[in-house]
Amino acid sequence: MAYASDAPKDGFRPSMLIYDTRYRGYTIQFIVLLLFALFVAWLLNNTLENLAAKGRTFNFGFLWSRAGYDIEQTLVPYTNDNSHFRAWMVGLANTLAVAIPGCILATIVGVIVGVLRLSKNWLIARLMTVYVEIFRNIPLLLWILMIFVPMRELTYEPRDFRVTDEMIAAGQEPAASMWFNDSVAISTRGINAPLPLFDRPLGSLNLGGVSVNLTFLAALVIVLGSVWVNRQIRARAQRVQESTGVRPTTWWQSVLVLTLPFIAFLLATGFHLEYPTLTRFNFSGGILLQHSYTALLIALVLYTGAFIAEIVRGGILAISRGQTEASYALGLRPGRTMSLVILPQALRVIIPPLISQFLNLTKNTSLGIAVSYLDLRGTLGGITLNQTGRELECMLLMMLNYLILSLMISSVANIYNRSIQLKER
Amino acid sequence: MKTSVFLGTIAASALLAGAASAQATLEAVKARGELICGSNTGLTGFGAPDANGEWKGFDVSLCRALAAAVLGDATKVQFVPTTGETRFTSLASGEVDVLIRNSTWTFTRDTELAFDFVSVNYYDGQGFMVKKDLGVSSAKELDGATVCIQTGTTTELNLADFFKANNMSYTPVNVADDSEAAAQYLAGACDTYTTDASGLAASRATMADAANHIILPEIISKEPLGPVVRHGDNNWGDIVRWTQYALVMAEELGITAANVEEVAASTTNPEVRRLLGLEGDMGVKIGLDNDFAKRAIMAGGNYGEIFEANIGSSTPIGLARGLNALWTQGGLQYAPPFR
Ligand SMILES: N[C@@H](CCC(=O)N[C@@H](CS)C(=O)NCC(=O)O)C(=O)O
Repeated sequence: MAYASDAPKDGFRPSMLIYDTRYRGYTIQFIVLLLFALFVAWLLNNTLENLAAKGRTFNFGFLWSRAGYDIEQTLVPYTNDNSHFRAWMVGLANTLAVAIPGCILATIVGVIVGVLRLSKNWLIARLMTVYVEIFRNIPLLLWILMIFVPMRELTYEPRDFRVTDEMIAAGQEPAASMWFNDSVAISTRGINAPLPLFDRPLGSLNLGGVSVNLTFLAALVIVLGSVWVNRQIRARAQRVQESTGVRPTTWWQSVLVLTLPFIAFLLATGFHLEYPTLTRFNFSGGILLQHSYTALLIALVLYTGAFIAEIVRGGILAISRGQTEASYALGLRPGRTMSLVILPQALRVIIPPLISQFLNLTKNTSLGIAVSYLDLRGTLGGITLNQTGRELECMLLMMLNYLILSLMISSVANIYNRSIQLKER
Repeated sequence: MKTSVFLGTIAASALLAGAASAQATLEAVKARGELICGSNTGLTGFGAPDANGEWKGFDVSLCRALAAAVLGDATKVQFVPTTGETRFTSLASGEVDVLIRNSTWTFTRDTELAFDFVSVNYYDGQGFMVKKDLGVSSAKELDGATVCIQTGTTTELNLADFFKANNMSYTPVNVADDSEAAAQYLAGACDTYTTDASGLAASRATMADAANHIILPEIISKEPLGPVVRHGDNNWGDIVRWTQYALVMAEELGITAANVEEVAASTTNPEVRRLLGLEGDMGVKIGLDNDFAKRAIMAGGNYGEIFEANIGSSTPIGLARGLNALWTQGGLQYAPPFR
């Protein structure tokens, strides 16, 4: 093969850009790039000209003016006196509030269903197939509505929970009552549940605009700390067992380590629950999970879970049958075989398509508008866009937002993917 | 993937390029032979398709009168349903020629959004509807209530202001359109539904248990509703404006759909003669012909007739003329002189 690869010794001539196959590729790429740049320039110019013709400008100043509208679910502190920028952040937080738990729950559902679909139990395998097919083949929007509408229509209004003196006198029961010892109310508005509160909170730390709740941070540290200490105890027990053959009893140590610090923490901070109570129109106190949020989350989880189940099933089937047989031969039971041998290997096949399901789920949260859930699409891309008339600006920001979210998800998932890939040495 | 990106860009550029022609709405409508009117998604009495799929209503009638004035045929209208959120984008992008859809004339919309509100065909204000058995008789008693509200409307801004001014709090449920808002309200997802009082009356008229709902006495805002056109095409704005005023003027002069021919044949009143195109060349000056106003009146009657037929006291919606009576009867409807 040596005779074909050496370049001619004579110098470069311009005509070679067209006739020499080694350079022609570059020429074509360059021309295409140039044409594409011209096309983009033409589009931009056209947009600007049309905006000018309509007497519209292009700037993002509107983001700092007063929003003037209210939002139902605000995870970021917000009132109608805040700016459109703040409203945008509220929307973003609402999007994440669906997307993050959505991805986690959908993965759990997907893995369980995917594994069960391969079960030898005929009934379970069929049921899972039915679930997957139903959810994959009906549009997500319909699922959202199908879950939302019954939640709204089949529940009672808050005032139906009211017990008046006349009713007591007449021995009547209210139309609806609360659950779990009067702590949870499910009404047409949503689910009101108790809210954990602290009488002596540790305050919060402001880190450049983001405030960190020290109480929750401390709780997290305590939980992680006790888990770590518990692992040390068990590791020591393991060592003792290996050297002496007798395993010391450690369960009471574990229980103490895992519970005592946390209970002490709760007592020290004055932990208590705030229960929802019925006021003039609504339940107040506690936390409110709107039906729109719950319905959107459930629909997204079940829908995406069906796709993930198929990915998981495909991943498992991709592992050669010999692995299972080898593991049986070693005496591992089927459950252990799945969790110790098959799934870890299948993960390599599963993760890349799983990432794109996470991206889908995140983008699909924008369907929340159908059930009046104000996310990114509802705030920045809905009310703000409409009240300010800044279509182009808002749409660009929205696209940028979803793009950044997607890139963040895929880079995190890619890091994980790399860590579980086959390490070739 | 590559091709879809390519097609997407082509489509986007076509859109951007298509919006360029701001000046010549009249020519476009004539060439098309059809008027495209931005309408409600369905608000009975104002703009909604009836059982036969034919659009009917107070705002729809103005579209028809306009089509009659411009094209000589009241049926040559295509109605494009728009929600509170989509309407202005539809108009700005040139998807519709005119928006006649309970839209409030505000400073921002008139200036920053680059539209022109050419006239007011309904003077309204924002109200609240509640179920009778909620036991509320004034909007001031709504502290802590959950409120259904349409997104992208003036009403959601007024709502925030009203509660703040009265030191009250509320929970909003932001809904995309009127029918969904009514469904949320009926299901009890909110305690009260707020929008323009006329819209509330119209929504209530379609409810199965209309008698169980009351509209609270407080009117918390001014909502002058009227036809909207794009900035920059003044001739088209004039046509829409004077078609609407011709209908008001006709009511003032006692000209109806039934008697317009007869009046035209016999009248000696110079003002009537100018309006009906028997004298002068008003129509020609705005690019139409001289009996544009006559055709507009024949399409669905004068302003008063349209009001009574669609939303007046004899209809289920049952709105009184109130502010929308002629100025001669203590109302605000007042057409500048045709001269
Ligand atoms: N006048 C207000 C509200 C307009 C509005 O959306 N009105 C409602 C009810 S009055 C409506 O027309 N809904 C019908 C629909 O959503 O199609 C505005 O211009 O912002």
